[in-house]
Amino acid sequence: MKHKISLTVNGTTYTHEVEPRLLLVHYIRDVLGLTGTHIGCDTTSCGACTIHMNGKAVKSCTVLAVQADGAQLLTVEGLARDGQLHPIQEGFWEEHGLQCGFCTPGMMLAALELLQRIPDPTEEQIRAGIEGNLCRCTGYQHIVNAIQYAARKMRGEEPRKAAV
Amino acid sequence: MAVTKLFGASIKRREDPRLITGMATYTDDLTLPGMAYAQIVRSPHAHARIVRIDAAAARRHPGVVAVFTGRDLAGALKPIPTAWLIPNADLKTPPHPPLAVDTVRYAGDGVAVVVATDRYAARDAAQLVEVTYEPLPAVVDQITAAGPGAPQIHAEAPGNLAFRWAVQGGDAGAAFAEAQRDGVVVSQRFVNQRLIPNAIETRSVLARYNSGSGELTVWYTTQNPHIARFLMSVVTGIPEQKIRIIAPEVGGGFGSKIPFYPDEAVVAFCARAIGRPVKWTEDRRENYLATIHGRDHITDLELAARTDGTVTGIRGKTWANLGAYLSTAAPGIPTILHGLMLPGCYAIPNLSYEVQGVFTNTAPVDAYRGAGRPEATYLIERMMDLLAARLGMDPAEVRRKNFIPPDRFPYTTAAGLQYDSGNYTPALERALEAAEYRRLRSVQQQGPKDNRYLGIGLSTYVEICGLGPSAVAGAVGFQGGLWESATVRLHPTGKATVFTGTSPHGQGEETTFAQIVAEELGLPIDDIEVVHGDTGSISMGWGTYGSRTTVVGGAAIALAARRVRDKATKIAAHLLEAAESDLVFDRGRFYVRGSPDRAKSIQDVTLQAYLAWNLPAGVEPSLEASAYYDPSNFTFPFGAHVAVVKVDAETGEVELRRYVAVDDCGRVINPMIVDGQVHGGLVQGIAQALWEGAAYSAEGQLLTGSMADYAVPRAHMFPRFVTGRTETPSPHNPLGVKGVGETGTIASTPAIVNAVVDALRPFGITHLDMPLTPERVWTAIRTHARR
Ligand code: FES
Ligand code: FES
Repeated sequence: MKHKISLTVNGTTYTHEVEPRLLLVHYIRDVLGLTGTHIGCDTTSCGACTIHMNGKAVKSCTVLAVQADGAQLLTVEGLARDGQLHPIQEGFWEEHGLQCGFCTPGMMLAALELLQRIPDPTEEQIRAGIEGNLCRCTGYQHIVNAIQYAARKMRGEEPRKAAV
Repeated sequence: MAVTKLFGASIKRREDPRLITGMATYTDDLTLPGMAYAQIVRSPHAHARIVRIDAAAARRHPGVVAVFTGRDLAGALKPIPTAWLIPNADLKTPPHPPLAVDTVRYAGDGVAVVVATDRYAARDAAQLVEVTYEPLPAVVDQITAAGPGAPQIHAEAPGNLAFRWAVQGGDAGAAFAEAQRDGVVVSQRFVNQRLIPNAIETRSVLARYNSGSGELTVWYTTQNPHIARFLMSVVTGIPEQKIRIIAPEVGGGFGSKIPFYPDEAVVAFCARAIGRPVKWTEDRRENYLATIHGRDHITDLELAARTDGTVTGIRGKTWANLGAYLSTAAPGIPTILHGLMLPGCYAIPNLSYEVQGVFTNTAPVDAYRGAGRPEATYLIERMMDLLAARLGMDPAEVRRKNFIPPDRFPYTTAAGLQYDSGNYTPALERALEAAEYRRLRSVQQQGPKDNRYLGIGLSTYVEICGLGPSAVAGAVGFQGGLWESATVRLHPTGKATVFTGTSPHGQGEETTFAQIVAEELGLPIDDIEVVHGDTGSISMGWGTYGSRTTVVGGAAIALAARRVRDKATKIAAHLLEAAESDLVFDRGRFYVRGSPDRAKSIQDVTLQAYLAWNLPAGVEPSLEASAYYDPSNFTFPFGAHVAVVKVDAETGEVELRRYVAVDDCGRVINPMIVDGQVHGGLVQGIAQALWEGAAYSAEGQLLTGSMADYAVPRAHMFPRFVTGRTETPSPHNPLGVKGVGETGTIASTPAIVNAVVDALRPFGITHLDMPLTPERVWTAIRTHARR
């Protein structure tokens, strides 16, 4: 039996009939074709699938599409506005916060929620704040720099570049 | 070569905009019309005979298009070959069927494939394939497997022995006899545990077969598309020119995407058999079971030295666990890339080392970041510390004493390699200074605070990179060349496209390579596009691994760009009515020496090369050049790392307080990218020392079978790393670069273990096997305290 769901993703409203067991991440990727949200595990461990659901970071592999009925979602595709990168994207670019880029969409969305909660986080808070997201490439240090860059920019300060 | 500001600058990466906006395309992001999904049915047993496979229920499941078993494939596909046939080692290459036919040899071995119209249906139906197994005794550890009475895994490999390889240099016997008489001999057994690579993107394959044209197109997560095309052709029988392999965005590899796995051949078979595109994407559980693992050595090692700390010899034996089948590069990893590097950065004249490759009922083992070299560095660096402890010397002093001196390069080691260049002491001094080594040693003298013990660990390493000279590759049995191709093509508007046979997947070479071409041709960096990972547009290439991409691929690009410049010089001289020898090329402009106004830009010259209205005699139209660069030697980056830890004797917990990495990778093209490579490597190497390890039960079940059970490290587990560099260019590389992709993994593991063992010295502990989890450290402290 399929269920009808209606939800808003990056400002666009969609209505679909879905199987009750369909994972939200598969709905986003396979039904909506928004493939910027990735899948890296099957145990809610990696955070590659992180999106915002009603303003909170969630792992979309651990939410059913039917649970998102009526929700407002933000995925990586919705971060930039009018061709302007979001400060978190700018930070990742400026500070070399990514290598293969596979963890990056989820990492940025987790970091963004952190900065919305704590606008001026310490390095320790940043490292703890992205604990749910794995990156196998960067060693995390440049990701921390990227988030610090974005934090300064979002607070309206002049972002300083940390990388060499 | 003139150094402009692009070469050596931390340019922001040009690949990033698509990656940070969600616009990048990884294999699983692709969907083709009519596409079906494959799910591979894998054995739950480590060793069993397949009695019967009943796929009737699976075939009846809604959405299922087809189910194939090993028998269905047996006539259509050849066994999966091994590509590294090491010589003089009695190598056995038992057949590796794409899907098991009679016998499964590890938990995860494929037995059938289900193809259905959607992911969920394929997965449901896979559960309905009924396989009757007759379990056989299994063996998972290599020493048991190589011993008497062990279950036999392949009829072709008696005693489960895949190979027996040895390297000798000097006279180890005499060195040890002398050391036993007048010096010291230290000996130790080391376990280098099995690791799981964990690229965050799992493997994925999308195959399309056009029965009209006979063409097979495969998009897939590979580090080396041209090698994959060759092997795909061998296994499927489809002619090479009819196969196109595309590596779209690839989400990390670390070696795990080098091999040609059975799965890609199976998916290609399915696409051809059912006449529609087929996609298969591994889930993480499957990735843990069936993607290659790394390391897994057990070693007995001895070091001979004089009482003043001069090392005179090293000898020993390693049992390398290869898993159930020989993966693509497997035989070369624990031998050529490992055994030959055993002497490290020290002038050790005498060497005798044997490696036995052993089959077990576990996932195949192949290259994981560093591939053989981390294992070698771990052995020699632990031995240097054991020697220092035995003689009561400072570990830094023992190293200084044994370094190959700078005036002896190029230096031929006892293993027969010729190290190109090196200057080891300055890197060590820099690292010691940055870590405040002297101060920390005196703090350590004061004893523990609150039962927390300070430990300082060093690792001075050299690695073999820039793989490699093709003649050497052939001599050591690698079934391929290791040169690299490049084409630099200027377009009529003066923009450039660069084609490389390497296949970067996160290492940032779209930027680094553009920096090289911008430097060579004086073009704005934004006018240069780098194309990689497509056998349809790139003539040939050997891919990205072994820290070779910038070293070999970058050198090929520089040479191709120089050829373009030479041709442009001829045309410019003709247009300016000057002799070639009177022309100066500077930042994209040709001008006549002494009259800077008589000039043509490279863009003007390019346009004229395409218009061909007025070319000099004998010069053909267009402006592009290719180069095929075969290095004359490997490169040998080196460095010194210092780890500072505190060990809590109450809980056994290790806190990493400080980490200093001073690396020398020759000339640096983009320091920001180099730092990123070092950081990423450090985290993987540190994680091996402290947390990571794959475990099998005695029956061959993978106990660390998910990301919830295997300790992939997270951001909060590390301090901020301090990186530094010295710069000793490679004398034979056209760019002077040496490679940096693996240094962090190679150097950091022994630095950490040396630090923890250093902290535990007051307890009389001289060695602990990895990973140094709180439980292991705590148990060791208790055991020693009781003694
Ligand atoms: S895919 Fe790994 S946490 Fe969602
Ligand atoms: S950039 Fe590759 S996993 Fe994070």
